[in-house]
Amino acid sequence: MKKQYFSQLDETIFFHTLDNGLKVYMLPKQSNKTFATFTTQYGSIDNTFKPLNQEQVVTVPDGIAHFLEHKMFEKPDGTDVFHDFGEQGASANAFTSFNRTAYLFSSTSNVDKNLNTLIDFVQTPAWTDESVEKEKGIIGQEIRMYDDNPDWRLFFGLIENMYHHHPIKIDIAGTVESISHITKDLLLDCYHTFYHPSNMILFVTGPIDPEHIIHLVEDNQGKKDYTNKKAIEHVFPDEPRRVAKSESILHMAVQTPKCLIGFKEPKPYRSGKELMKHEIAVNLLLELMFGRGTERYRTLIDDGLIDESFSFEYTEEYGFGFSAIGGNTEQPEQLKQKLREMVINFKNETIDTKSFDNARRKRMGSILRSLNSLDYIANQFTRYKFNQMDLFELIPELEKLTIEDLKQTLHEHFSEEGFTSCTVLKK
Amino acid sequence: MTYIQEKVTSIGGLTSHLVQTDKFKTNTLLLQFRAPLEEATVTKRALLSYVLKSATAKSPTSQELQSRLDYLYGATLSSSLSKKGEQHIISFVMTIANERFLSNEQELLKQALSLLGELVFDPLVDEHAFDSKTVGKEKRALKARIQSIYDDKMRYASQRLIDEMCENEPFHLHTYGYENDLDSLTPVDLFEYYIKMINEDAVDLFMIGQIDEEKIIPELERIFPFTKRVEKLEGIQNQETTFPNQERVIKESQPIEQGKLNLGFRTNVRLGDPLYYASQVFNGLFGAFPHSKLFMNVREKNSLAYYCSSSYESFKGFIIVMSGIEFSNYEKARTIIIDQLSDIQNGAFSDHEMSLTKALLKNSILESLDNPFSIADILYQQVASGVKFTIEEFIDGIENVTTKEIVEVANQTKLDTTYFLQGAVKTN
Repeated sequence: MKKQYFSQLDETIFFHTLDNGLKVYMLPKQSNKTFATFTTQYGSIDNTFKPLNQEQVVTVPDGIAHFLEHKMFEKPDGTDVFHDFGEQGASANAFTSFNRTAYLFSSTSNVDKNLNTLIDFVQTPAWTDESVEKEKGIIGQEIRMYDDNPDWRLFFGLIENMYHHHPIKIDIAGTVESISHITKDLLLDCYHTFYHPSNMILFVTGPIDPEHIIHLVEDNQGKKDYTNKKAIEHVFPDEPRRVAKSESILHMAVQTPKCLIGFKEPKPYRSGKELMKHEIAVNLLLELMFGRGTERYRTLIDDGLIDESFSFEYTEEYGFGFSAIGGNTEQPEQLKQKLREMVINFKNETIDTKSFDNARRKRMGSILRSLNSLDYIANQFTRYKFNQMDLFELIPELEKLTIEDLKQTLHEHFSEEGFTSCTVLKK
Repeated sequence: MTYIQEKVTSIGGLTSHLVQTDKFKTNTLLLQFRAPLEEATVTKRALLSYVLKSATAKSPTSQELQSRLDYLYGATLSSSLSKKGEQHIISFVMTIANERFLSNEQELLKQALSLLGELVFDPLVDEHAFDSKTVGKEKRALKARIQSIYDDKMRYASQRLIDEMCENEPFHLHTYGYENDLDSLTPVDLFEYYIKMINEDAVDLFMIGQIDEEKIIPELERIFPFTKRVEKLEGIQNQETTFPNQERVIKESQPIEQGKLNLGFRTNVRLGDPLYYASQVFNGLFGAFPHSKLFMNVREKNSLAYYCSSSYESFKGFIIVMSGIEFSNYEKARTIIIDQLSDIQNGAFSDHEMSLTKALLKNSILESLDNPFSIADILYQQVASGVKFTIEEFIDGIENVTTKEIVEVANQTKLDTTYFLQGAVKTN
């Protein structure tokens, strides 16, 4: 077992890779609860691949990674694992994103049992034809719930505009139609391809003893017969740099229209330090352009183009990346033009040291704040690791960044060909 | 082991609650104003919470104020509105980095407290009125906030249920006020009410984190010069018991994809009542968890919903059920929900289900101590209710609940109002 101390944050990470390839990271904390996530590097974008021990590349129905997450909770005796966690005083949950599926629990007692339960249930597929059919009704309602959520629809509308082919444009839960094609065997193909321990990370934080945890995990895995496995063969389509559509409009039961603009990242193939630096840079640029302390924000508020729902974010994972800026607005068309114009003008301005320093300080505070939460640390630590980065190196990297670094990113990311917008109007 | 190390100090009209902990990388401050929830003041208070956090005499625009926050390593400042039973709460919240984790050390906490004091005692005013430009701007912001509820169908349905169920009780009042009352509010009206609020509201300050008590407490009198309060706000003890006369069903249509079915029940068991802990366990059995009857039956067994859960409103003694269903499943889902209550009334639950529920309730209160805002909420709930309990007492209380008590709570739980938000009615 190795350990790494991050002096500025006063945190120590312990880690070990098991013989079967499973990576285990542990962060001792003086909290009441222990929080653990068991995450596979598999999400909605992994829809075209060569299933384990098969010869042909297949494309699986939209929404299957998320469907699989639901079915994992079923046990061989037909009951669900929530009961086991409940008995052991733990609350459990799971989520599926573009490229990860995470299973988690938190508890203030019976940590050893809960950890075994977590690992075991994710390593025991037990669904039947009948239970798969039944799940379609439940997930159908989950999809309907999102159909009524204007912010979700807006966000996905923006992504759909950006991408021609990349499966990022698929809604994570799929559609009622696409999930109707999901079968027990298709789920098993996905499971066996992507849930091998070598494709997964276990993260445990709380009042724990790392030696003890590693022992427990090794014991648990030692009883299971995982052989070495070939690398997963994925297929991702070639994606042009230009957006697929430069605008779109949705109609929903809303009172206030909404508008998002966004830029598609032209080279989303970074990892490690390079990715971290790029992410920090885009985030700082967004803050410098549209942060609440800026003149631009004031103008937008005073002109009645935005309200306090206005926000911005940047997302990048291997193969895709985009910024999104906007919120509720009474005048979506004007807002869209104005935001676009502001970005273009910003490219010709100089970034002054004071604003840069303030934006950087703000970011530091916000990183520290997010590290208050064990849930956040577990989810993000894993995400950073899957991209060969260290969550706890964010602050030192931020301190290293210069105005020159920003300039390069500014011209690269905020490009004319990468621009699109999505609007929600009253039905 | 004591779970929360709280030190309470009275300083003039302010009650300070200092919670010492080194769990967090930031320090958290909450300044909370509490007054009765009333139609005449609800919109004024809402607007005031917006106006006070947007400018001060020293920083007359939001941008100047924001720059100061950014400079303090991205301190956050926000205001929010909530209700604890029939009390209206304005909260000003700041979080600030613990300087221990920054290379560049400063006295961040003291500066944050001063800024919080400045918001309240040195606002941007012009004679005896708030700055009219700020008021105009914040009216727009609040109006947008009020309108946004309509666009979030889950929240809209929750709000509409309470509108209908509590139409004759102050509890129906919206914490963010009403659009119609907003237009006529003047900067002078608002200033008059501000003076009243500063002098009469019950005010509590929560400071959670690594805090140098000896340095900070002596500063509070200067930063927050609240005068001693003349009247004390009542807790929740002397509320009347109310029962629904008849069950009501309210249906509304909008062009949406999924029906939102919410049901409001009255248990009339409140915080501090002998059956309080039994009500918590009852709610846990009924719908708070993934093993609860609602989840198991509405979702797992019948595939009718993705979410179907209940929550316990302990100041009013309500159990509120929320679910999202196909429009055509209204009758079926409603019947199953009500049947789950009947089952508990008839004692149709196992000791096993009960012990599971107790374990999860215990776990959830312990876990909440890892979040600074939950710590503040647990303590503030006691201030607002006048009902004191320690975490240990809560855990014991849950542990000691009997089957008989749960059945008793279930039997005094009555359905009051059913609210259903359905799809557009088709016309030919």
